[in-house]
Amino acid sequence: MNVKTQYYDDSVKGFITWSIIWGTVAVLVGILISLQLSWPQLNVAPYLTYGRLRPIHTNAGIFGWGIGSFIGLFFYITQRLTKTPLWSPGLARVTLWLFNIGIASAAVTLAMGINRTKEYAELEWPLAVVVAIIWVLFSVNVFMTILKRKEEQMYISLWYIMAALVGVTVLYVVNNLGVPLHLFKSYPIFAGTNDANVQWWYGHNAVAMVLTAPPLALFYYFLPKVTGNPIYSHRMGIIAFWSLIFMYLWTGAHHLLWTPIPDWIQTLAMAFSIMLIAPSWGAVMNGYLTMNGQWEQMKSNYLVKFLICGITFYGLQTLQGPMQAIRTFSAFIHYTDWVPGHVHMGTLGWVSMVIFAAMYYAVTKIFETEIYSVKLANIHFWLILIGQLIYSITMWIAGVQQGSMLLATNPDGTLHYSFMETMIAIFPYYKIRAISGFIYLGGLVAFIFNIYKTFQKGAASQAAKA
Amino acid sequence: MLEKNPVVFIILAFVVIMVGTTITMIAPFKWINGAGDRIAEVKPYTPLQQEGRDIYMREGCNNCHSQTVRTLASDVERYGYGGSYSKSGEFVYDRPHLWGSRRTGPDLAHIGLKYPDPKGAWHKKHMENPQSVVPASNMPSYAFLNTPLNTTYSERKMKLLDFPYTQADLDDLKGKTEMDAIIAYLRKLGTDIPVKKAEAATQAPAALKNPFTDLKAVEKDAESLYMQNCASCHGDKREGNLGPALKGSAKSEADLFKTVFQGIEANGMPAFGGTLDEQKIWKLVTLIKLGAK
Ligand code: HEM
Ligand code: HEM
Repeated sequence: MNVKTQYYDDSVKGFITWSIIWGTVAVLVGILISLQLSWPQLNVAPYLTYGRLRPIHTNAGIFGWGIGSFIGLFFYITQRLTKTPLWSPGLARVTLWLFNIGIASAAVTLAMGINRTKEYAELEWPLAVVVAIIWVLFSVNVFMTILKRKEEQMYISLWYIMAALVGVTVLYVVNNLGVPLHLFKSYPIFAGTNDANVQWWYGHNAVAMVLTAPPLALFYYFLPKVTGNPIYSHRMGIIAFWSLIFMYLWTGAHHLLWTPIPDWIQTLAMAFSIMLIAPSWGAVMNGYLTMNGQWEQMKSNYLVKFLICGITFYGLQTLQGPMQAIRTFSAFIHYTDWVPGHVHMGTLGWVSMVIFAAMYYAVTKIFETEIYSVKLANIHFWLILIGQLIYSITMWIAGVQQGSMLLATNPDGTLHYSFMETMIAIFPYYKIRAISGFIYLGGLVAFIFNIYKTFQKGAASQAAKA
Repeated sequence: MLEKNPVVFIILAFVVIMVGTTITMIAPFKWINGAGDRIAEVKPYTPLQQEGRDIYMREGCNNCHSQTVRTLASDVERYGYGGSYSKSGEFVYDRPHLWGSRRTGPDLAHIGLKYPDPKGAWHKKHMENPQSVVPASNMPSYAFLNTPLNTTYSERKMKLLDFPYTQADLDDLKGKTEMDAIIAYLRKLGTDIPVKKAEAATQAPAALKNPFTDLKAVEKDAESLYMQNCASCHGDKREGNLGPALKGSAKSEADLFKTVFQGIEANGMPAFGGTLDEQKIWKLVTLIKLGAK
């Protein structure tokens, strides 16, 4: 009991609360833009047009929901794994303030059209500086806690966390290098093909350092906690870790196949993408084998459901991704709706499922209470699973259909379908996708209500004890 | 040791991620945009075009439109508009690049070749109300760009980007709207490198005789060609829109052929002599003359 009380968890609660709020914004904007694709009248000029909203959606999703929950949960995990209180609670409070100011300003400036256009690095330079500061403050706090740790061994989760601290810093700084014109506008120092190459070195490794390493850190920590089984193989975890962070950095050009990027870079990207299957599945298998003899927990333990489905989507994602990185397949599906199908299996299936499990678990531990309603958590699980599957599957179908129509030719070699004819064919899928968004939102609402009630319950019982 | 020393660990992790980074991201700076990539004809943006480009960025057009014609036959056919696939040298002045990752709308790398009309009438109508020219389009309306262009930073942009400009270029900005700027930008895209269209279009073949007499035989091809190339101005059903109605055209087959082949520059009608071969143009003529009235 005494051991626990020394941890500093206020900022963990703060980050969890705020990342849920930003995540909800991401989903709401996602639904709005998916509706706009069917009904362009829903564009409200100029602030709420699709072109300005889409980056708000992606930034709220990746930075607000993703990074926000990782910061909170890493504060939580690092303290427990090092058996050491957070190095600086004051710094953590400042980080939370800056984080919220940063994300809110991001939404406002993007709506105003202040936008560098580079995917996932849209924020103009003053805000990019704020993002970098947030990241450095957070990194220092976590790293200092690790340095001062009382537990000598560093568990795999800490490795993934530290890799993300370094990786994100390098990626973000380089891709944001620019020359300011004034406070709200800058031009990158790179031009044309160079800029594209730097951008997708960044873009794909944002996937590695934000959407892969951090959820893996959560997974490696929470799966043993939740099931009571130790992780199957520490050694497999180590090998997978080093090969993963080595290989990822070679693969950015798989976003640029058939473009003017030099061929050898494209070929390296293709080869390394395929090699990535091995370390990715190393983690997946480690997860599955940890469940050996305990599979009945899939039924009895709602947290296991989230974690195992999450790692399964990670496994599918890391098979589908390498496939997309092959030139011939890319020719077919690149630029189509197939890719949002891939992206949302990753973000809604893998990343969010793991975060949900981690949040449920962390919140009950922090408050030393039980979850408000397991039944509601199960409803949450099914709604987000169904929503995400409908989303991804309809988009894969739409992508394949449009991809084949775009390639169809007449006997004389002319293209059979005009671009608009291919669009008209996929409009029905856009409507189904919007519905899937509402289903997902339903699940999210169940989650928020459950967490809110658990907070309330926990706060009440803590007050009673005091 | 590694599992116990976080400082060593962090340094090692940094070294490991820098290997792939150095080879695939840093090393290529040596070649990309170097002498081997340069294309003499490609010109930097004028102040008006650069303003247009910045508006394109502000509105996030790149979220729906890509700007690279890949080296695939279908890409060149669909988005080349008579030009070839995209070359590295076409982008050396692009800070940032605007290649995009989605084609919710069509690729725009060579869009300047598609609507050569100097007045940009099609673009204006389309930007103000996309559905008025492409009925099923889901593009938002950008009528709000009909507002005076802010030129406070125009000159400073030229200096920062190190683009040449003259006083006349700057004077040209006076009285311009944001719409004018974005259209100037769109009309520039893909037009620097000369395409065969320019030479081909001047001279229609001597013998103007339609080889097709039966609509049935060519209807499928002709409809595709029509939807691809003509519908956005003459209407999906040839009922006319920005361009005149083509249903039951009174022009002779030879005249129709010449118009499609050579274009009528003053009216904004593009010349298709370079992009469509003679057979295809005759198919279109056959559709116009013999298709449903
Ligand atoms: C269920 C709720 C959601 C809906 C309805 C939704 C909808 C959309 C739509 C319509 C797009 C644009 C697709 C296109 O370009 O054609 C998109 C893109 C994207 N969304 Fe979502 N989204 C949702 C949740 C999320 C969440 C929670 C995240 C992040 C954690 C996320 C991350 C992204 C990313 C990264 C992209 C860009 C994909 C790309 O570049 O191909 N989305 N989303
Ligand atoms: C071995 C692992 C993976 C490989 C090789 C891979 C490969 C790819 C490729 C080739 C694309 C570009 C598709 C195209 O535009 O044609 C892509 C897009 C994307 N992937 Fe993956 N993927 C992998 C795993 C993941 C995971 C685990 C996530 C987690 C969420 C993810 C998220 C994304 C996102 C967000 C994009 C969209 C980027 C954009 O175009 O804006 N990927 N991936």
